[in-house]
Amino acid sequence: MAAPLALLLIVAVTIRAALFRTSLANLISERVEVVSPLNAWKRVVEGLALLDLDISPYSGDVFHETPMVIYLFHFLMDYAEITFMGAGVKFSSLHLVSQFRKQKFALEADRIPMDCLELIRSPTEMYYIPLKVAMFYLLNPFTIVSCVAKCTCGLNNAVIALFILSTMRGSALLSAIFLALATYQSIYPLTLCVPALLYLLQRLYIPVNVRRSSFWFYTLQYLFMFLGSLLVLICLSFFLLGSWDFLPAVYGFILSVPDLTPNIGLFWYFFAEMFDHFRLFFLCVFQINVFFYTLPLSIKLKEHPVFLIFMQIALIAIFKSYPTVGDLSLYMAFLPVWNHLYRFLRNIFLVSCVLLACSALFPVLWHLWIYAGSANSNFYYAITLLFSVAQILLVSDYFYAFLRREHHLTNGLYLKKKDGSEATLVLK
Amino acid sequence: MIAITQRHVHDAAVPPLAGDPPAADPPSPPPSKDDFQEELVIRPLHSGDIYASFQFRTVWDADFMGDQKVSHYRLFPKSLGQVITKFSVRELHISFTQGYWRTMQWGQPYLPSPPGAELWVWFQDTVTDVDGTWKELTNVLSGIFCASLNFIDSTNTVQPSASFKPLGIGNVTDHSFLRYATLPREIVCTENLTPWKKLLPCGSKAGLSVLLKSEKLFHSTFHSQAVHVRPVCQDPQCRTTSMELRQTLNVVFDLHTSGQGKREWSLFKMFSRTLTEACPLASSSKVYVDVTDNPQGEQFELSPATPLLTQAVVLGDRRTYSVYDLTQQASFGSSRSLNMLLRWKNSHNNVVPPVMLRPLLHSERYVAGYGLQAGEIHTLIYNHHPYRAFPVLLLSAVPWYLRLYIHTLTVSSKGKDNRPSYIHYQPSKDRERPHLLEMLLQLPPNSVTEVTVEFERALLKWTEYTPDPNHGFYVGSSVISALVPSVVAMDTNSTLDRPLFSSFFPCKEEASYFMRVYTEPLLVNLPTPDFSMPYNVICLTCTVVAVGYGSLYNLLTRTFQVDEPSPGLAKRIANVIRRFRGVPLL
Repeated sequence: MAAPLALLLIVAVTIRAALFRTSLANLISERVEVVSPLNAWKRVVEGLALLDLDISPYSGDVFHETPMVIYLFHFLMDYAEITFMGAGVKFSSLHLVSQFRKQKFALEADRIPMDCLELIRSPTEMYYIPLKVAMFYLLNPFTIVSCVAKCTCGLNNAVIALFILSTMRGSALLSAIFLALATYQSIYPLTLCVPALLYLLQRLYIPVNVRRSSFWFYTLQYLFMFLGSLLVLICLSFFLLGSWDFLPAVYGFILSVPDLTPNIGLFWYFFAEMFDHFRLFFLCVFQINVFFYTLPLSIKLKEHPVFLIFMQIALIAIFKSYPTVGDLSLYMAFLPVWNHLYRFLRNIFLVSCVLLACSALFPVLWHLWIYAGSANSNFYYAITLLFSVAQILLVSDYFYAFLRREHHLTNGLYLKKKDGSEATLVLK
Repeated sequence: MIAITQRHVHDAAVPPLAGDPPAADPPSPPPSKDDFQEELVIRPLHSGDIYASFQFRTVWDADFMGDQKVSHYRLFPKSLGQVITKFSVRELHISFTQGYWRTMQWGQPYLPSPPGAELWVWFQDTVTDVDGTWKELTNVLSGIFCASLNFIDSTNTVQPSASFKPLGIGNVTDHSFLRYATLPREIVCTENLTPWKKLLPCGSKAGLSVLLKSEKLFHSTFHSQAVHVRPVCQDPQCRTTSMELRQTLNVVFDLHTSGQGKREWSLFKMFSRTLTEACPLASSSKVYVDVTDNPQGEQFELSPATPLLTQAVVLGDRRTYSVYDLTQQASFGSSRSLNMLLRWKNSHNNVVPPVMLRPLLHSERYVAGYGLQAGEIHTLIYNHHPYRAFPVLLLSAVPWYLRLYIHTLTVSSKGKDNRPSYIHYQPSKDRERPHLLEMLLQLPPNSVTEVTVEFERALLKWTEYTPDPNHGFYVGSSVISALVPSVVAMDTNSTLDRPLFSSFFPCKEEASYFMRVYTEPLLVNLPTPDFSMPYNVICLTCTVVAVGYGSLYNLLTRTFQVDEPSPGLAKRIANVIRRFRGVPLL
């Protein structure tokens, strides 16, 4: 296990180091699919330059990172490339993911019908999952370009990975701290609070029942730790720069979307073409859309909080205000964990074809619009729509497969109709 | 109208004196003294074009900054006076320019101005809300000059921290009372000339202003009209101040479009009018013709000949002028009209045309890069002095939709890095204020200094584009202010009687003179969304969100069931009949 992982790390670091040295690095860091106004490296450098000129980086509208990031890069400016590579490598520490699977296996072993044994994964299969997860993340072209562009969403991904790791290990305090760090950097990981709580409750065998006092006790404890760390981080930022300017510049920017720079998400063109009268209304609708699925999903998936984390991360990556391919690579890295669902996936071929085609078309249509002048913004926008639809299809496909597997685990794999012939399952 | 003119003439014959014992009304204060001068300078340019510069100056001893309400207006226009008192304006400078001044071909102008409209105002320190006052002032001026100055708002107003020091008296250092705005897209036409002419005491009826006819004035390469109001000292000790209003009009007529290719200029050819009389209200009315390059009359011949010759130091150079004094009846000759003619002689007698004195300070600006995503602004500043280096102050106001990256700012002279000794940078805020970059640069002698900064183009909301979005967006001219070393000693005594064109910029020291150079405005294209698509875009994006919502809703609210096929129609009807009969169903 250690040897393949080490080899993988060496390969990943080599690829990144090689790309850093070429002129492709400059080209990639300008691409709008890879960087957004929130996490571009150029803007971090600009913020530091403004700080050197004794101007608050938040007095203009070019810098939207949190103050911690300024101070982190103030010291690590020369080592920026190593920092980003290290953040990617951190991800591979998710080898603990396998741990939870073993636990689930032990829980469920005696509840399933006999014919479902083929649905259960053998420990040998699960042995290679961490390596596959690491491979899916480190060798994913999206991750590589995101790292070479020095996009700070790599740091965000690392923090979320640490959060998942500490949640799996069961340490509530660390989980709350990392979640607070992730929320502090971009607001959307707030929704991961619920699956983390569900997982920790499950781990401690506390039933999720609103009438039980132990449930409330633990929930309040966890929320207190999370909100406390968040408050500490915000106050620390205030003391770092001496003003509250960063609140509208970071959080106000994420929520009110004033910058309409094209990216792979749905917000930019929608708000570029929005009637002024309805702007606030649709802004609220779109932002609520990201947070809105937490409650229904957590009710449906309250016994499977790990899958809930995956679903949440995927929905955030699709519907957030300034997505980049780095956010995509985060949830795509988790797909090997559920490769046992492969037999129930219905659209995987279509989805992967569409994703590949869109990834290829993004730079082509951008060039045609911006440089050649022979296409217009609608072409790029169409590919954005297609890309989002493909991702939604991917996520809902995995959700369908997961629910179907659960249904089979409780009701048996080979179902028969009343007259004894082979049955088909539908959603009704 | 004739009656009114005669009454004014009568008033001019009896100028009110402050020392006279008032006869009828003891309580009212004696009316302040005011004085009006007009002049026209004609300067032939080396490229064959001709440059005419009008200046009309009214000096009024009224105290605008004091408590006494100013109400008796005579030569000073009432509309401007009321604006100044109402908005507590210390200095006001507004200019409307059509065309770009080509420094390398034409030399330096007497009064520089950027293309479009430019307005900068120093408010008095009694003003509490400068931004609100500025907004009201721009709207009122927009009405007075029939220009769309109401487009001046916080997105194109800046507060320079070092440039645009007051041109009148006052050692103010608090730049929070200064506002500067420019509208590069503004077009100047007859509509703007008419209210400008109305501010003159003689209107367009007498004096030099009869020449200001719009059909000829706008048929020119460069046309600039400006109004400058500032407080000036009355005596060298500056015990009392008076308000000075200067209205200037600079025009350059092109050799080929206005001159029909023939190098022969006359007042009639330029303005389709001749001068018949001086303005009766003017204390001095003169026409100067620059004959420095024509000492013995070998280049061109000036007729009617005039004995008056004067020398003046202007723009760091001593120039010789032939003077026509319109207050003397003799200037008009027997035909009662003055039409000076400059006729160039053919150069077949091997006369080498004199080389134009290269302007010491010159600048250019352009946008580099390709595509609609990013670009670079390059500003080149030329110092043509052979051995003297001097500092210049560069002011650039860039609109917010070109996002400047100040860490990419590079300044290089002669290939080496040249660090500015003072940088003031105020980053822009989207839809609120523009970028402001001010730098103090030291220009090495005989060199080109290049200032480069990268920018990124923003995608705006579809309603924020102009009706012709593919025309592009204008970026206002950069302003370069400098004290340029002068070839001859400048005259620092400000109260001596000097021609108006040489006394506009205050002169504090003998060895240098103040110069302001404006660069070209830039025209930058921004990426545009499709303007025909708002409804379609809303529908399509909401469809995608609905696809997400729909799939997740289905999976969340439905459960898996075994699909039992529903019985055929015949069986269903049979089952209904069987239920009635009470018999077991099929």
